[in-house]
Amino acid sequence: MIVIDNVDKWFGPVQVLSQCSTRIDAGEVVVVCGPSGSGKSTLIKCINGLEDFQNGQISVYGEQLHARGTNLCRLRARVGMVFQSFELYPHLTNLQNITLAPMKVLRRGRQEAEATANRLLERVGLSGHAQKYPHQMSGGQQQRVAIARALAMDPAVMLFDEPTSALDPEMVGEVLEVMVTLARDGMTMVVVTHEMGFARSVGSRVLFMDQGKIVEDRPCQEFFTDPRSERARSFLSKIVKH
Amino acid sequence: MSSQGMDWGIIPQNLPWLWEGMQLTLALTALANLGGMLIGTALAVARLGRFRPLALAAAVYVNVFRSVPIVLAVFWFYFMVPVLLGRPIGAFWSVLIAFVFFEAAYFSEIIRAGIQGVRSGQVAAARATGLTGWQVLRHVVLPQAVRAMTPVLMTRAIVIFQDTSLAVVVGLTDFLTAANVVADRDGRPIEMYAFVAIVYFVLSSLAELGARWSRKGQRA
Repeated sequence: MIVIDNVDKWFGPVQVLSQCSTRIDAGEVVVVCGPSGSGKSTLIKCINGLEDFQNGQISVYGEQLHARGTNLCRLRARVGMVFQSFELYPHLTNLQNITLAPMKVLRRGRQEAEATANRLLERVGLSGHAQKYPHQMSGGQQQRVAIARALAMDPAVMLFDEPTSALDPEMVGEVLEVMVTLARDGMTMVVVTHEMGFARSVGSRVLFMDQGKIVEDRPCQEFFTDPRSERARSFLSKIVKH
Repeated sequence: MSSQGMDWGIIPQNLPWLWEGMQLTLALTALANLGGMLIGTALAVARLGRFRPLALAAAVYVNVFRSVPIVLAVFWFYFMVPVLLGRPIGAFWSVLIAFVFFEAAYFSEIIRAGIQGVRSGQVAAARATGLTGWQVLRHVVLPQAVRAMTPVLMTRAIVIFQDTSLAVVVGLTDFLTAANVVADRDGRPIEMYAFVAIVYFVLSSLAELGARWSRKGQRA
């Protein structure tokens, strides 16, 4: 479904991704972890073309990201994304946040889009909040609306960029719960996170990154019980200890 | 025609004439704001866009207009537009065009700052849902930018309202000029100019209050 082939990326003179290769199949939940600055977020932003890369190739559903004639907008419409800082549109209600792209990109009628939006709000446990504005809700609630917004496009894969890192501890659970349900329903997911509990319960694979490289790419259980690299071992010992 | 004491009766007597001047002032203010904002938005988008030549051209435009006095712009358009078009278009239209093109430079700077003030994450989130560049601008960036810049835009609108009195240099009779005519003819400058000052003050304050009130409404 997604093939990442030998991708290099530089920010000016700094190489942030180095020979990254992996593939993600339908139904997989791939957890990307590693120390900060290791290129995790950059890697998943390359998947939907939010970040450019210099060498290598990425294809999504067989469509090359950099090929001529690839319609990036159409491709992005099939790849949902959830951001660390939610990024709900502050001038729109939750309902309007969710219906904007389906109406403008998929050309759905208002009624259909709103019906879908209400169904999704219910799915993330926020029915009754349709007419509120983002600033009237807690961070955890906002992130759940952001997940609903991404789901409204019927994506075939969802990218999560540290979805719980900006949340107060007591709100992390409600967002993870939605993500776990999503994973159990068979959604293909790529999740940058440090929530190892989430990784253990629903993750199918772990990509461990360090200094722009994918150091380990292994099934979750193996990674946690028997990390191969010294770097991964020390990383795990630091975050699992507490 | 005595100049002893004040004669405030002069104002009601001349209200119809003054109202005619005010109509010109208001029409010029409204159209100059509208046109200036439209062209200003286009200039701001061009300056922030990726197409270098267009961005550069917009930057030159803005900097040239911001470095000349508005009276010069008024004169220039008054004399140049007929030459360019090959026919006269009348004082009102040439003044209006001058104001629109001149104010567009100021509006573009206000709007550019407003657009740049919108968090880049908002753009990323909108693009990630498949919206095109234009749709992102139209539905996500501009609405937020406009909200943030409303106070500055209103200040500029009030400046334009006051600056329209410059229409006198090409022979138009705006509100101030109308009052000036009466003041000279009847020898009542103090009454007339006091009245003019009060009217400008009241209208400008009302506009300010209106802007504040509309911002409160938006936040609800």
